[in-house]
Amino acid sequence: MPRSRLQRFWSGYGGYVLGFVSLVVIWHVAAVFVVGSVLFPPPVVVYRKAIVLIRNGVLFEHLSASIQRILAGFLAGSLLGIPIGLVMGSFRPARKVLEPYTEFLRFIPSVAMITVAVIWFGIGEASKIFLIIYTTIFIVILNTAAGVSAIAPNKIRAAEALGASRAQIFCHVALPATVPYILTGMRLAMANSFTTIVAAELIAANEGLGKMLWDGRMFMLVDDIFVSLVTLGLLGFVVDRMFRWSIYAFAGKYSPAT
Amino acid sequence: MALVSFHDVRKTYRSLQGVDYSAVEHFDLEIEAGEFFCLLGPSGCGKTTVLKMLAGFEAPSAGEILMDDRPVTGASRDRGVVFQGDDSLYGWLTAVENVEFGLRMRRVPRSERRRRALEFLDLVGLAGQADKYPSELSGGMKQRIQLARALVNEPKMLLMDEPFAALDAQTRALMQVELASIWQAARTTVLFITHDIDEAVTLGGRIGVMRAGPRSQVKGVVEVSLNGARSRTDDTFLRYYKQVYEMIRDEVATSIARSA
Repeated sequence: MPRSRLQRFWSGYGGYVLGFVSLVVIWHVAAVFVVGSVLFPPPVVVYRKAIVLIRNGVLFEHLSASIQRILAGFLAGSLLGIPIGLVMGSFRPARKVLEPYTEFLRFIPSVAMITVAVIWFGIGEASKIFLIIYTTIFIVILNTAAGVSAIAPNKIRAAEALGASRAQIFCHVALPATVPYILTGMRLAMANSFTTIVAAELIAANEGLGKMLWDGRMFMLVDDIFVSLVTLGLLGFVVDRMFRWSIYAFAGKYSPAT
Repeated sequence: MALVSFHDVRKTYRSLQGVDYSAVEHFDLEIEAGEFFCLLGPSGCGKTTVLKMLAGFEAPSAGEILMDDRPVTGASRDRGVVFQGDDSLYGWLTAVENVEFGLRMRRVPRSERRRRALEFLDLVGLAGQADKYPSELSGGMKQRIQLARALVNEPKMLLMDEPFAALDAQTRALMQVELASIWQAARTTVLFITHDIDEAVTLGGRIGVMRAGPRSQVKGVVEVSLNGARSRTDDTFLRYYKQVYEMIRDEVATSIARSA
């Protein structure tokens, strides 16, 4: 029995384990044998530095600052974006009125908004949260609206013929049918939030993973830079897995096609 | 006194090229309460347009459609609909939750609506599949859910838009037999759209044969007096088949020539 469980683990996660191991090995080989410079530390050095930064609490301080900003902005952006997307997808006049906003603003990258955000909100939390909301909201709106317009007309018609009111159709048909699209939009928005938060913290912040990168450059702490980079990668990976898992958990039920 | 009557109905659509064409024009039809009416016609003859207008999904461009002497102005639970494809089912709800949908919208108490939904799932032969999601069920089972979902809502009339067209031949034949027996028990008025003569003769009390579109109308109505189980090898069955076939043959030829 334990053997078969092990086999199952390997068939499910073996590829991942192999992939991550090879990543670390290639990194090590490149750092030690190919580059051989203090500017490119091997995994062991970065690992030791990470332990130090975890023990003295510095890494956690930066990590939690970044996570809090991302979560606050991401949740606020999603909570604003979902209803706006639903309204845009459901009502043609609303779409016409709101489209100029979404179609204009979504082409201004959030990174380009950093200067304005800092001028308006200072270098504190407000400017970061504003930027993450800005990053999140348009992707969530567009995906939600696309999800609403992708609903099979017969789903709506069937509800009408079963006696549902417009409000009931909205709550019991349009909303659940759109859930997979909303989750996909949120997943993409989360990925973009990482880019934005690092860029914002690079330019103006007192703590955060981006600030850690900037300090590393200022004081030539190459190991710190690598700890920050690896943390970003791992954090993004974990968060994205969580999203993929929840989309998968819902997708069986909330499949848009059937 | 007919339950449903179409008076001089026209439905005009605009094509993507901006050309107007009428799917049906000067269309008249009466459906009596309690009858099983099959509307038969070649593809593109506008039979689904007729159903959509009666369902209230689309408004006629001219003329009027009356049900119980009142004009049809929109969809209502008086007219339950069974669609051809399975895209009308709610994939996030189980079979029994799909069937309950109409009752839930009317705020029928939970235990009451569950009991009735299970009753109708049983009627359509899906008693054991109540907790499955549509994606876990076969095409025939999904059409059964649609049928139960419409029937549990107690409509005055059932509109069926080629409900078995997408099923394989064996399942289709089985579903026809079961629908006939469900109808024998329920006696709801049915408008059944089909392009299949065999299906029309198997199910229909009256068969309305449509002309080739556009500007289609009912060419003629055949009354089928076959009682109980209808056998495809029965002489009377074959006679009706032949009669309907001869009516529709030229229309199919015209339809093919027009679309070529």
